[in-house]
Parts: sequence; structure tokens; C-alpha cells
Amino acid sequence: MKYINKIKSVLTLIVIALIVAGISSCGQQAKDTDAFRKGALSSDVASRVYVAPGEYDEFYAFVSGGFSGQLAVYGLPSGRLLRVIPVFSVDPEKAYGFSEETKPMLETSFGFQPWDDAHHPELSQTDGSTDGRWCFINGNNTPRVARIDLTTFETAEIIEIPNSGGNHSSPFTTENTEYVVAGTRFSVPYPQQDVAINTYADKFKGMLSFIKVNPESGLMNIEFQVLLPAFDYDLAHSGKGKSHGWTFFTSYNTEKASTLLEVGASQNDKDFIAAINWKKAEEYLAQGKGHDVPANYKHNVYDEATHMATSNQMNTVKVLLPEECPGLVYFLPTPKSPHGIDVDPTGEYIVGNGKLSADLTVHSFTNMIAAIDNKEYDTIIEGIPVLKFEKVLAGTVKAAGLGPLHTEFDGRGNGYTSFFISSEIVKWKVGTWEVLDRVSTYYSIGHLMIPGGDSKNPQGKYMVAMNKITKDRYLPTGPEVTQSAQLFDITGDKMELLLDFPTIGEPHYAQGISADRIVSKSKKIYKLEENNHPYAAKSEDATQVVRDGKDVHVYMTMIRSHFSPDNIEGIKVGDKVYFHVTNLEQDYDVPHGFSVMGFENAEILVMPGQTETITWIPSRVGVYPFYCTDFCSALHQEMQGYIRVSAANSSTELKWSLGE
Amino acid sequence: MYIKYLIILLVVTTAISCGSGNQGADADKGTEQKTGEATVHDPMKNKGIGPIKNIVIANEIDREMAAKGEEIYNLKCKACHKPTEKFIGPAPKGVLDRRTPEWVMNMILNPEIMIKEDPDAKALLIEYNMAPMANQGITEEEARAMLEYFRTL
Repeated sequence: MKYINKIKSVLTLIVIALIVAGISSCGQQAKDTDAFRKGALSSDVASRVYVAPGEYDEFYAFVSGGFSGQLAVYGLPSGRLLRVIPVFSVDPEKAYGFSEETKPMLETSFGFQPWDDAHHPELSQTDGSTDGRWCFINGNNTPRVARIDLTTFETAEIIEIPNSGGNHSSPFTTENTEYVVAGTRFSVPYPQQDVAINTYADKFKGMLSFIKVNPESGLMNIEFQVLLPAFDYDLAHSGKGKSHGWTFFTSYNTEKASTLLEVGASQNDKDFIAAINWKKAEEYLAQGKGHDVPANYKHNVYDEATHMATSNQMNTVKVLLPEECPGLVYFLPTPKSPHGIDVDPTGEYIVGNGKLSADLTVHSFTNMIAAIDNKEYDTIIEGIPVLKFEKVLAGTVKAAGLGPLHTEFDGRGNGYTSFFISSEIVKWKVGTWEVLDRVSTYYSIGHLMIPGGDSKNPQGKYMVAMNKITKDRYLPTGPEVTQSAQLFDITGDKMELLLDFPTIGEPHYAQGISADRIVSKSKKIYKLEENNHPYAAKSEDATQVVRDGKDVHVYMTMIRSHFSPDNIEGIKVGDKVYFHVTNLEQDYDVPHGFSVMGFENAEILVMPGQTETITWIPSRVGVYPFYCTDFCSALHQEMQGYIRVSAANSSTELKWSLGE
Repeated sequence: MYIKYLIILLVVTTAISCGSGNQGADADKGTEQKTGEATVHDPMKNKGIGPIKNIVIANEIDREMAAKGEEIYNLKCKACHKPTEKFIGPAPKGVLDRRTPEWVMNMILNPEIMIKEDPDAKALLIEYNMAPMANQGITEEEARAMLEYFRTL
């Protein structure tokens, strides 16, 4: 009996313990999850990049596709690919560069360019913070700058840059998006002409362009260009806060080599950072110092109301000459072939990442102004004073790694620099220049990105490394393997690797922004009432087929789940058929697609309320089906039609119908 | 005995502490109206599900409002609804003899929920070969104007 009582009391204790445990575990569920995410179980990094099904990521990342020419949008911290925005390369999926409306976007002074190399996305800023209005990106090969509208995630504008030979130091913004810049990487003859290449040192020039951005519409125009010596202008960043009004460009090849640059452009101990006082430039322009120089470039604008782009021919540009404009440009000597140039959030420190050195050179804006005031010049090159290195230097991050390329900031007084050769990121303290932490990347990192990390107000929670080589990190896919990005948590003392994720093309540079700055502004449909496309059929009553000689215009509509008209006859071999297709839907996420059998063109993917045009020159007699290519409803398979093509000399009557 | 009570207490406590999170999951669904013991469904008493709870219609047709309604109808609805004959969806002619005005407006304004939860809308979806009514982003004012237009048909 005593024995049984003992068992009873032990069991009682166990049951009480279970009750207490049960109550507290249920009640604490929410809090525990939170603690879990914040690092109570910090070894479980998977949970920190896990975004539950149906939930949103905290940040958008806009990652350039490099040689793909496009811009990819990812969610952070998940690394999920949300969208690929076609910018400089054609995209048959979205008919970009194929539809009549978007073909003008890729026009240049050299004609239609189906491809480019897109390097540096740059978000617009208001008072030094990313504002989620536009994303700019450079086309490197045929020099251009594009503007992407972040209400539609579509390319809204592309402007070509004349007198340029490779638009690499671009399109970095000023703190209120007064300007985005476009510095040439390759100097070219100025004016462009047929000369011997070995006349490089005499006949070639490097041009830095300032593109003014309309604060309301975002429309760009080349406000002025500054003519500089024939160096290679590599990267740029504008001042902020106290240094607002200045833009800094790195250069290499101050040796002016035009062959075997691998050796010839690495001779000098120091190259230059060109500091441009753009507020001074505005004064000189007001005084009429700008030379109107003949130029040949295109300015392509997409109009959201007509759903149509136009390409405009531009014929002149204003050029400022440093020798006529004292105080406009200074050179800051910087070791050694500086690549990235990055300004800290306070605007005081200008970091030159000498890619052939182990050190980072940090200049002081205050020192630079003092050196200018005191005329502390080493020499003057083509009218441009070269400031004394030791007079502008603020400090050096010593022996931090091999091959520093780029620096971003976390807003807590730390810099993070990527080192290509030693494949690592080094965290260092701004002001004391001491190295705080280092972390390996896999492999050969180029740029790195912290959301807002090149602005006045970084959102320093995550950091993304963009790597040039992945080798063994992913399943092999033949000789070419995926490029990749890596996500780090930078909230603690130590940088912590959370995630590898594959990217499109070569992820070159990126920008990040907290999602709340974009989500509420994102457009869901285009309103039919506001559709001013000249060939829109805004109701089925307006659908028709009109012959104009050999041109045939089909005004067609689409709605779940039919085309109107869906039977067309009287088309002849050799006609040029324009399908102007309007999506009558006014509901979110209901695009319809359109394609015709054998029509040697891309599909069009028409958003709700939008009109798009695709052309077809039929070459064979027959009856050809067309259908909706974007699964739209339970009756999607029924969303189809026929078009009859008759011989060129036939007398088949032109007619169209639906449901007859 | 003693242990049994404790176990019951354990189960009850756990159930209470964990159960509270699930409340409110089943909001009022559908408009099935129970009169007496059998379920009798009368579409002319069904106001549907959506923002429109009660509207009053004047005897006289407001011609100006109806004209505005016709304009919106032609732009956003006519691709699937011919005014006087069955097409992708039913014709609006005489709809107010078959449905309440509230139901008609809720069907226009809240089609996704209606075809999932309203018995009359569900029946129509099946009758019309699963072609769902599209949400065309119509405002309440526009839907009211279209209702006036339907009265003229």
C-alpha cells in the first residue's frame, strides 16, 4: 500500500509537470518562433532565410544580369527569383523587342541592338534614401542608360550616350536623383573619326556625361558632358550630405595605352579619381560655357497611356572643357588602378579600391576642399589640377586582402569591401581603418550589396555577394555552370553566411530596398479607359479587320476565354498582318498570350487593359490556328481561333467573326 | 481515481489553452435560409455576398444613370454578356425578375467569392460550363448605374 502511494505521488508530480509544460508551450508559441528567428537557435540558418508559403520577403533585390542584358528581381532573404525585366536584350517571352510597341526601345544610332551588357542597377533616391520610384541601369557595350518604372516593373526609357565608348561608370545617382552619370570606360576619337589607333594619346578623349532626371516624370536628358583625357573611367559614385554636388569617377590606364593594357595600363603607381563639381558645371552652363557639339544618338521613351515606345533622333549635346572651366574637375591620385569608388553615408570619406593593391585608399572630402583652397597641386593635366596625394588622404585600410573592388556601408560606421583575388569580404571600421572581420565567398566576388549601402541611409541587415565563379557549388550543367549570389546576415559582429542562390546571367551589381517602399505603389492592371493606343479595340463592338493595300490590321480583343474575332478569312500570302490585340480583362494577374502557327515571331503577352501589336507575313496557303499561350481559365484550351490564308491572287472575301 | 482526475484536468487544460487560436475560422458562408425544418431556397430573397447589403430602387428609371451604366457595360462586360441573349454568361435582360438588385451588384463587385460561396452563383457557374465571372474592377457607383441600365432592357 505504501509502495502504491509512492507511485501515485510520483505520477502526480509527472502529470503536474506535463500540465505546466503543456500550458506554457502552447501559450508561448508565437514568442518562441520570434526568438527562433532572431537567433535563439542561430545555428539553424535555414529558418532565417525561410519565407513561409504565401508570405512576402522583406526586401527586393534588383540584380543585373550582366551579359544577359536584363535585370532580375529577387526577394530577400529567400533568394527567390520574382521577375526578369527585359531591358537591353530582346525577350521573346514578353515580345520585348519583337512587338511593334517595344521595337523602338532597342533602337540606337547604329540601328536595332538586340543585346547589351547591363552592369549597374541604381535606385532613385530622395534626400539620400532609396525611394522606390525608378531603377536605372547602364548598357555597357553600345553606351546607354535605361530607366525602369517600379510601378510596372517595365523598361520605360533608354537614352544612348554619344561620345562614349563603353558606358561602365554608370548610372550612379546623386542624392535627390538630380543626375545619373555615364562615364566612358573606353576612350574613343573625339569627334569619332577614321584615324590610326596609335594616335590614341592625341586624338582620343574620355567623356563623362551627366543625365538630368525630371523629378516628376523621370524623363532623362543629357544635360552636359565633360571632356577629359583619354583614360579608362571605371566606376563612379556621387557625394552625399557635405559632399553633395560632387561626383567621383575612378580611372585606370592613365598611361594611355591602346594595346596590351594588361601590362601597359598597370605601369603607374597611382591613377586618378576625377572629382567633378556638378553644381559648378551648372553655373558654367548658365554662363553659356557649354559648347553645342553635333552628336548622333537615340532617346527612346515608352508611353504608358499609348502602350507604345517611340525612338527620337537627337542631334546635339553640350560639352564643357575643363581648361575653360576652372574648379570644375580635380584629379585625386589613388593607388593602384582603382576600380570601385564608394562614398560613406556621411559623405566625408571617398574610398578608392585599388584593384592591383592590397590596401584601400580613403580620401577625405574635407581634406580635398582644403587642398583645392590652398592650391596644393602636384601638376596640371589638360587643364585639370592634380591634388597632392598626402593632402587629400584620410587613411588606409592596410593589407586587408588581395584585389579590393567595391565597398558598401551598413549605416553603423562600418565598411564592407569585396576582394576578388582573395575571394573574401572584409569588414572594417570607418575612421580607424581597422579590420574587424573577414568572411570567404565562393568564389571570386565582384560587387557586393547592402540595401541602401551606397546611399546616405543604408538598411544594413543583409549583404549580398555577387560571385564571378561558382565551380563546385552547384550541380554541374555542362561546361557552363550557374552564376551565383550569396546572402549574409550582417547584424552581428561577425558576418554570417546564410544562403547561396543562383542568378541569371552574370550578377554584376545590385540594389536592395525594403519591400514596403515599393509594394503599395505596384500597379495591378492598366485601366481600359486610360488606354490610348491608336489601334486598341476597347470592346468587342470595336473589333474589325481592315485592309490597306498589302497591310492588314486586325483589331482583336481577348477575355476569358475567347478572342474576338476568332475566325478570320481573306488574308493573302505576302500580306503584312498586324495583330493589334487588347486584353479586356480588368482583374489582377490575368494576362492572355497570343501566337500564330509558323509566324516567325515571338508571342505577345498582353496585360489586363493593355494593347500589343505583333506582325506576320504569311508565306503559305492554308488555315492556321492561333491560341492563348498563358493559362487563363478552365476554358483556356478553348481559347483559340483560325486564320485562313489564300493565294496572293485569290478573291477570298475579307471577313471576320465570333460565334457565327 | 485521483490519477484519472488529474489526466482529465491535463487534457481539458491543454485543449483550452491550445484551442483559442482557431476561433473565427468559419465566418458566415452562403445565404442558405432555413425556414422551418426544410431548406427552401428562394433566389428572390438572396442578397448575395459582398458590399451591397440593401438598396432602394425608385419606380422611375433614371435615364441618365442608365446611359452611364450602358457605357461601362459596353466597355467592360459585353465581351461575355450580350444584353438580350445568352452568350459566355447569361443576359442581363430581365435579371431583376430572377434576382435581387443586391445580388446583381454583389455578383458584379465580388465575383470570386460569389462563385465559391453563393448557391445561385455556384449553380450558374456549373450551368455556364465553368466559365467564371471575371472581376472587372467595377466601382459601386458603376455597378449601380449598370443595374439601372439592366432595367431598360
